[in-house]
Amino acid sequence: MSAWKIFIRGLWEEVPVFRLLLGLCPTLAVTTSLENGLGMGLATTSVLLGSNLVVSLIRKFIPNKIRIPSFILVIASFVTIVDLIMHGYTPELHRALGIFIPLIVVNCLILGRAEAFASKNSLGYSLVDALGMGLGFTLALCLLGGVREILGAGSLAGYILFPETFRPVLILILPPGGFIAYGLLLAGFNLIENRKKG
Amino acid sequence: MNLDSLLVIAVSTIFINNYVLSRFLGLCPFLGVSRSRSSAFGMGMAVIFVMTMASLVTHPIYHLVLVRYEITFLRTIVFILVIATLVQLVEMVMNKTAPALYQALGIFLPLITTNCAILGVAVLNIDESRTFIEALIQGFTAGLGFTLALVLMAGIRERLDLADVPPVLKGVPIALICAGLMSIAFLGFAGFAI
Repeated sequence: MSAWKIFIRGLWEEVPVFRLLLGLCPTLAVTTSLENGLGMGLATTSVLLGSNLVVSLIRKFIPNKIRIPSFILVIASFVTIVDLIMHGYTPELHRALGIFIPLIVVNCLILGRAEAFASKNSLGYSLVDALGMGLGFTLALCLLGGVREILGAGSLAGYILFPETFRPVLILILPPGGFIAYGLLLAGFNLIENRKKG
Repeated sequence: MNLDSLLVIAVSTIFINNYVLSRFLGLCPFLGVSRSRSSAFGMGMAVIFVMTMASLVTHPIYHLVLVRYEITFLRTIVFILVIATLVQLVEMVMNKTAPALYQALGIFLPLITTNCAILGVAVLNIDESRTFIEALIQGFTAGLGFTLALVLMAGIRERLDLADVPPVLKGVPIALICAGLMSIAFLGFAGFAI
């Protein structure tokens, strides 16, 4: 498989949030605005890049039996690094994402890619895979965050979009809105797919 | 130790800040294991057990070891290792001492390590600076709240299987929309000022 194919697969064919249904908790919890979605997506992408890099490098030295705990340790180390960097440089985003930054450790997407791809492929391919999957995840988060922010708060990335007479649908930035918006987006995704099969 | 404050923590963890429906923790098992009520119940019991154990173990480790030696930045790594080990240990002990219970919960236990609600409750106990007893209560009731949401959801999905759902909404999308409606209902609990 060519590197380009691996990259593009993460963006459409196997886009994590809509196809594999992996990494749902951060997807729904932090997408109350475009900015939070983007921040979470980029944080996850950095961890994914780091973990795929290391897992791919050590894949020949790790005994098969303890591979999962080793992967989790690698991931947890990168999460700690990202956590500390965000705490230092983007304190507001760090506060907004809160508990979901340490919880990147248990995002099944990252362990899933380590186990299914990085532990079997060379360094270059693993990095491309991480980049594709990470970008796919980030785009999905931005999409969900954008939709919820526009309709739920009447703004996008902090800029007010509508005249004052517009009453935003507050429920969309509350927890129930997360479930409903995601369910509808997923249905839309299925619709496109069904049309294509036609 | 104030009994009132413990009650407040219990009620708010089960209903107002329900881990699944308002904090979005543990969604993977919530969608994955909610196809039948019996497996939902089994998963719920396993989660209650592991959450209580995790609170019991991680709280002292954080305060007695990490804080004392000023290595709190290792929290995430230590907690995930402790939880993974704990799940293994619980599985082994249960297999020896309570084979019947092990048979019932067996398949759900390995899945629990990657349930973010477990690590979530451990981290939240620290972030919200709970005392040891409060952390224990929070762990137990968080599991109860999870079980409540999971069993309710399984009941709904058993009905949904028989319903005439538009093809694009079949499966996960309609389940998510139902979860949204349940979440609206749970939002009502936030109206109780306690």
